[in-house]
Amino acid sequence: MNLAEGVTVEHEHSHPALQHHFENMEQQREAGTLGMWVFLVTEIMFFGGMFLSYTLYRTQYPEAFASASNHLDLTLGAVNTVVLILSSLTMALAVYSAQTGKQRNLIICLALTIVLGLTFLGIKAVEYHDKYVDHLIPGQLIPGNHFNPAVQEHGTPYDKHKLHLLPGATVRNVEMFYWIYFAMTGMHAVHMIIGVGVMLVLLYAAWKGRYGPEYHAPVEISGLYWHFVDIIWIFLFPLLYLLGRHLEHGG
Amino acid sequence: MSVQLKMSEHIVSIKVYLIIFLALMVGTALTVWAGLQDFPGQLNVIVALTIAVIKATLVVLYFMHVRYSSRLIWVVFTSALFWLVILFALTFNDYWTRGWLPVN
Repeated sequence: MNLAEGVTVEHEHSHPALQHHFENMEQQREAGTLGMWVFLVTEIMFFGGMFLSYTLYRTQYPEAFASASNHLDLTLGAVNTVVLILSSLTMALAVYSAQTGKQRNLIICLALTIVLGLTFLGIKAVEYHDKYVDHLIPGQLIPGNHFNPAVQEHGTPYDKHKLHLLPGATVRNVEMFYWIYFAMTGMHAVHMIIGVGVMLVLLYAAWKGRYGPEYHAPVEISGLYWHFVDIIWIFLFPLLYLLGRHLEHGG
Repeated sequence: MSVQLKMSEHIVSIKVYLIIFLALMVGTALTVWAGLQDFPGQLNVIVALTIAVIKATLVVLYFMHVRYSSRLIWVVFTSALFWLVILFALTFNDYWTRGWLPVN
């Protein structure tokens, strides 16, 4: 660039975050957004495969899946749904803060998103531990604690640690549900952990004052990823925790 | 304002974000309530998935800004749904039709 010394540069080219292979900040931002969307398409296909296997096995063993689903903690699942949607709101507000140049709000929103993400993971850990105590970790993933849930016998006092099998359900098919449950919620949790890591990097950069109205693409595309993870949970929650619930309550 | 004019980027207002958040909360409450009702046939599944799809659509359109994004982003996103439909349709084309024809 042949810019004379002392000339005030008003053009976007001057922004230090602009990479040399882009014309301007706008083009760079668009390219970044597109790249993240292409990645999210591969993610949709990745989770899509697991949703497909869930659908297949659920249509084959509806009673077992309903029995297993009823054993999950609906309250914790619902609370986690609220926590995650709330974190999506704080993420969206973080993007807004960056776009409007509100540095302090950006830092607060990112910090809140991290706290909510960790809250979700904490509640998830409590749920996993409950399943561990009830011997519901499928196969022999945990040495010395293989899949071996106690089954509630007809006419015996209600025990929340025991599996309530609906007519037609077998323990082996319940195990299938738990394979799928741990695979899907586990992969979702891995995405959450990565998301929290990304948020920490953003928080550091925001602290250093790198983001503002001209440059906030990292906040925006990380937000896309975060909302995507939220969407996966929006589907996981009813599919894993709710479907089949009515069979126990209603019939 | 000058910033907004320079960038073609659309800034979604806090009000819109809050409305979408409230709608998502209502959707969550609805899906829990509906899950505990005993609807006839497969209606429970249909209601649960309909609410989930509406919630996901709100997130995609507003939180993920797709409503205000370029056509290119729309095409990329729709392609994901397109391949997803193929994945499900071809697989169930097999599973649902097993046993339709007598095996002699």
